[in-house]
Amino acid sequence: MTPSESEPKVPFWLDPGKRAIGFQIITCLMVGLLAWYLVNNTLVNMEKQSIASGFGFLEREAAFEIGESLIEYSASDTYAKALFVGVLNTLKVSFIGIVLCLIIGLFIGVARLSTNWLVKKLAMIYIEVMQNIPVLLQLFFWYALFYEMFPSPRQALNPMAGLFLCNRGVALAVPASHPAYFQMFIAMILGLALGFGLKHWVKKRKFATGRDFPVLWPFLGLSLGLPLLVWVLHGAPIQMDVPELKGFNFQGGIMLSPEFFALLLGLVIYTSAFVAEAVRAGIQAVSRGQTEAAMSIGLKKKHILNLVILPQALRVIIPPLTSQMLNLTKNSSLAIAIGYPDFVSVANTTINQTGQSIEGVAMIMACYLFFSVSTSIFMNWYNKKSKLVER
Amino acid sequence: MGIVAVDKEAIRKMKPPVVHRGAIGWLKDNLFNGVFNSILTLVFLAFLLRFVPPFIKWAFIDSVWFTTGDVCKECPGACWSVVLKNLRFVIFGFYPHDLHWRPFGAMLLLFTLLFFSYHKRFWSKKLGYAWIIGLVAMGILMKGGIFWLTPVDSMKWGGLPLTMILSVFGLAAAYPLGVILALGRDSHMPMIRYLSIGYIEMIRGVPLISLLFMSSIIFPLFLPEGVTINKILRAQVAIILFTAAYVAEVVRGGLQGMSRGQYEAADALGLNYYQTMRLVILPQALKIVIPPTLSVLISAFKDTSLVVIIALYDFLLTSKTVIQNPEWNGFSTEMYLFVALMYFLGCFSMSNFSRKLEQELDTDKRS
Repeated sequence: MTPSESEPKVPFWLDPGKRAIGFQIITCLMVGLLAWYLVNNTLVNMEKQSIASGFGFLEREAAFEIGESLIEYSASDTYAKALFVGVLNTLKVSFIGIVLCLIIGLFIGVARLSTNWLVKKLAMIYIEVMQNIPVLLQLFFWYALFYEMFPSPRQALNPMAGLFLCNRGVALAVPASHPAYFQMFIAMILGLALGFGLKHWVKKRKFATGRDFPVLWPFLGLSLGLPLLVWVLHGAPIQMDVPELKGFNFQGGIMLSPEFFALLLGLVIYTSAFVAEAVRAGIQAVSRGQTEAAMSIGLKKKHILNLVILPQALRVIIPPLTSQMLNLTKNSSLAIAIGYPDFVSVANTTINQTGQSIEGVAMIMACYLFFSVSTSIFMNWYNKKSKLVER
Repeated sequence: MGIVAVDKEAIRKMKPPVVHRGAIGWLKDNLFNGVFNSILTLVFLAFLLRFVPPFIKWAFIDSVWFTTGDVCKECPGACWSVVLKNLRFVIFGFYPHDLHWRPFGAMLLLFTLLFFSYHKRFWSKKLGYAWIIGLVAMGILMKGGIFWLTPVDSMKWGGLPLTMILSVFGLAAAYPLGVILALGRDSHMPMIRYLSIGYIEMIRGVPLISLLFMSSIIFPLFLPEGVTINKILRAQVAIILFTAAYVAEVVRGGLQGMSRGQYEAADALGLNYYQTMRLVILPQALKIVIPPTLSVLISAFKDTSLVVIIALYDFLLTSKTVIQNPEWNGFSTEMYLFVALMYFLGCFSMSNFSRKLEQELDTDKRS
């Protein structure tokens, strides 16, 4: 008896397989219909308001200045270049912000678990307060503080040598340019490469022969010693480029604008509270038994941390950490509220000047989607690499 | 072994060693255990002594509370007058002055509902209906136009009620949408799954501000000719669409926490998909995710402040408007501290509530 003979004929609306197909077709049709309706309305409206579509405007002259830029830019450049300047500004504030908030967040997360009551409570207050105040408000606060509290460049505060605070921004002394620095940079990369090579070799030899070889000191020696050697060979240049008051503003050194500084400060303080929470949760997720087991098999304290606690804690910490980094990047779009020329801000100016609102918003979305998709590709790779292999 | 006479009375009278108990013992254990910790304690104490007393002097001792802006400019301390003198504008925005009792009533209604929701013993179907009626009543109070209430154009809404409406209505409308998206993402039907994944990942990948831009500049183009939707509603739609994606991820976490056995048991009972979800899976999954849903609400509450950028007069923008007034220029620190305190109180009480719930809902404590 074959199954087809035994089963009575089922009407298609009672067959789950066929019903699923029908359901999917209906959903797709509805979504498609909605999309068509919106697109159609948009086209009709655009025609009525005689808005041209397309990305042709990118080639036209931008005709607006941008306050700060990492590359050469003037108002006579194209919109495409203006937007690129915006992307670079977004990347600049996000990159510096991520590095700072990882460092601060790590310290505060560890402080949260300190045995020192005072330190623990202060860390807790920091985390609770900063997490619960909207980041936009924090940006406004720091920005207003700059304008109201800090004096004009003539009476700039000078809390330490080479650092000036005034309502035009923060002026920092930097080492005066010297050919040695570029070579030191090359030497550092070389040193790091050699260090990683050494680490790889030590690991291989240890697996093969069981003999250990110290890694940490040669590693530090290579990556820091080589640049230092280059520096000494160049006669140890210590000339600093100190900012000086000339006319109404500072010349020389690095000048950070109030907008950049307020944005960076707000983003770092807000996000580091979340990073600290993630770090705390990760460390607490490793049960005490792990430490005790490691002690009972006679591992040294530094080995317990390196080989037992950290690898397990990191597995828990890294995913929320990457999402916090992404949040920081996305929140950097609030720059528009205090006038830092990030990508969203430049795109908004472009929209206002050209009227290409759809293209403008689409570019903003595409840009941030690119960041988040590349982050999630990295995350998938990391998750696969660090997945717990169970028996 | 001989018997040793013990003077029990003397032992009873002996005090515990001073260095291990009481205040000194506590200090020794918690602040000065080890050299490193002692240094840390001293450094932080010095830091606190350096900054806290001047702050208290500024904020309370030298401060003025009910003066005009000109008096403030002479005063060395904080000028809380900037908040108190403009409190009504900060809280209610441009809402007609003699009708302020209506947004006030709406807020009171919301607080009452929140108060009853806070205690788990009030949780019942009735509370659910009360929420629905309450939200509708809040809308009527704000908008007016029926009964004897004079209509108020929604462009005049502002301040704290606007912030609350945007976040509460945002979550209320985003919740069902988020549940549907989460079910879609877990579905066996590939088209439904891809559509849901596409939506969720796209929304989560872009900043809220891009959606707000979309609502304020592109959305009018989407509508057929002659149809206009006001700015607040458009921003509300953007917040709903944004929040729904985050709710969906939270709910998906709950769905993944369900064991296969639950589905199999429901199948064995002959329940269909709709019944399985409504009677078996969702009640359990949604219960697990109440605390993370609250944290979505907290984010939504904080994120509503972004409507400032598309020039809606929410709580943050009304306060910003006050300090741009020449009379009160220069007192933004005081104003922003006040706004920060309000947001902090709101978010902190919600996160505390979420922690409390997490413990109460953890019903399978086997140990």
